Amino acid sequence: MAFFDLQQKSLRELNAELHRQATLLRDGDSADTEWEIANPRGCHAVAVGLDGPLAVNIQGSVGYYCGGMNQSAEIRVAGSVGPGVGENMMSGSIRVTGDASQYAGATGRGGQLVIEGNASSRCGISMKGIDIIVRGDVGHMSAFMAQSGNLVVLGDAGDALGDSIYEAKLFVRGTVKSLGADCVKKEMREEHIAHLRGLLEAANISDVRAEDFRRYGSARNLYHFDVDNADNY
Amino acid sequence: MSYTNPPTTPRKSAKFDDYTMSEIRRAAETGLYDIRGAGAKRKVPGLDDLLFLGASMSRYPLEGYREKCGTNVVLGSRFAQKPLELKVPITIAGMSFGSLSGNAKEALGRGATIAGTSTTTGDGGMTVEERGHSELLVYQYLPSRYGMNPDDLRKADAIEIVVGQGAKPGGGGMLLGQKISSRVAEMRTLPEGIDQRSACRHPDWTGPDDLAIKILELREITDWQKPIYIKVGGARPYYDTALAVKAGADVVVLDGMEGGTAATQEVFIEHVGQPTLACIRPAVDALQELGMHRKVQLILSGGIRNGADVAKALALGADAVSIGTAALVAIGDNDPKWEADYNTLGTTAGAYDDWHEGNDPAGISTQDPERAARLDPVAAGRRLANYLKVMTLEAQTIARACGKSHVHNLEPEDLVALSVESAAMARVPLAGTNWVPGRGQE
Repeated sequence: MAFFDLQQKSLRELNAELHRQATLLRDGDSADTEWEIANPRGCHAVAVGLDGPLAVNIQGSVGYYCGGMNQSAEIRVAGSVGPGVGENMMSGSIRVTGDASQYAGATGRGGQLVIEGNASSRCGISMKGIDIIVRGDVGHMSAFMAQSGNLVVLGDAGDALGDSIYEAKLFVRGTVKSLGADCVKKEMREEHIAHLRGLLEAANISDVRAEDFRRYGSARNLYHFDVDNADNY
Repeated sequence: MSYTNPPTTPRKSAKFDDYTMSEIRRAAETGLYDIRGAGAKRKVPGLDDLLFLGASMSRYPLEGYREKCGTNVVLGSRFAQKPLELKVPITIAGMSFGSLSGNAKEALGRGATIAGTSTTTGDGGMTVEERGHSELLVYQYLPSRYGMNPDDLRKADAIEIVVGQGAKPGGGGMLLGQKISSRVAEMRTLPEGIDQRSACRHPDWTGPDDLAIKILELREITDWQKPIYIKVGGARPYYDTALAVKAGADVVVLDGMEGGTAATQEVFIEHVGQPTLACIRPAVDALQELGMHRKVQLILSGGIRNGADVAKALALGADAVSIGTAALVAIGDNDPKWEADYNTLGTTAGAYDDWHEGNDPAGISTQDPERAARLDPVAAGRRLANYLKVMTLEAQTIARACGKSHVHNLEPEDLVALSVESAAMARVPLAGTNWVPGRGQE
């Protein structure tokens, strides 16, 4: 296990070192694959652009864009995260033990983001294939313009869930304050229960039943412009 | 007593002209606003309203073709480890694969590369062909993030964060279903054939303070190698430029209302944003007041058509210009040789602007394989390179006539204006006077 102290060295040195280790791995050389990051102190852009199967354990809360554009790395944050955690991540996983601020997993294209606390507004905005699992609640406008992937909420969802949604799948166990334009409640058939069960298992969540969730998705009424839908745009 | 009223010549209203009335009828019939491509078509004060003075008793010209007049420009030298070094101060603006055919994108890359300049991706990601044929490629980072991935970010030579564009400051993109082919849909993670709506705001930052952190993230991901541009529409050029500098941009791209788009509402194109001419001086003011003029480079776009436009933009303080519509015309857009086809679409060569419909006879703004095949990317690339070289020669001709050994040495003092409006916007004297309207009142 390699160790990095953000109180002793700079953010630039941290990311450069993690990028270097990922490059070593891609080149088939030996590398330090397990990292402990101490004293993040709310730093922005911690462990961004990682492109290799590193395991990065961040001991404390971080600022914006932690794990941004992650590819293959497994990042764990023992604390809370600022806005845009895992933005545009491609693969790998990020697990946050605390809460997440706005736009968690924004535009994410793959991989898994698990928030063990609550996520603020716009969680999963424009998501494009990522799986986001939130143990607590999500704020308003979550899954806005969500294109693909899965958003699983064990708690409640705020206003305008799934506004202008495309083909992403939303599962909520608690209440939904309101649905956004073109987002509708859908039948939870056996295949959806099986699909959700897989998502929960992958996130190591075993204390809830997939059958207790409701499914939401696109009514597909706004896919082609129609003047009679103008009030919904 | 009979009275005969002699007929007068039928008189049409200036206010309710033929176009206006046809638009009212179109709206009444369809219930939809009009969507089109290209930029503002109305006449606005522009670079044509300026003239160079040339050399005289007090100014010494340089000998054409013998004495050197430099045209190179370095973009992104503020923070990036690898700034772009261009041979000519004219870049190719962002245009997406999706709005343009693959052949058109390839032609732009080929032409720019021959001329020694950069081209730019668009809303929809980077294609292999585009990267392959563009020696210098700027990767646009847009609100939709369609096709966005860190591998392409690392493959790019620079990153352009698009906050807005001149044709529609404050507006998002749109691509109608007929252009969402299977490849376009896959790149954008969208269902094939739907009318695609692009967001107008970035999903994960709001305002310049957030943007500074976003730029930090992009720099960290790319190990501080790539220049980062910020592109803004011509809305509030003084504040937008100052805030872009504050957020950490290496380069500011400023796009006036004559700048084109693949598709947006006609009312947006013609009624939102400021003319390119009106944008330059406030932006340069902001850079100069911050001590950043020539340190953070300014790229001006929106209706640039020839070497005179290039020279005037540089004289007013830009470091480079960018062309979009003009580049499309150079590779064949609106060519009269397709007149019969334009007629079948209810238009004529020179007026065709339904780029969003995907029926472009010239094979440029289309995803239809048969139409796209009409454009030979090698020949079209050569045409673009020729055009870029002519523009550069024209700008050099003017610079030499003004006694400048580099096009960047052109200055406002070399210019006069033909109208009160353009004199006020460019802050140069009205021709024949020493009057700069508005001076002392700003």
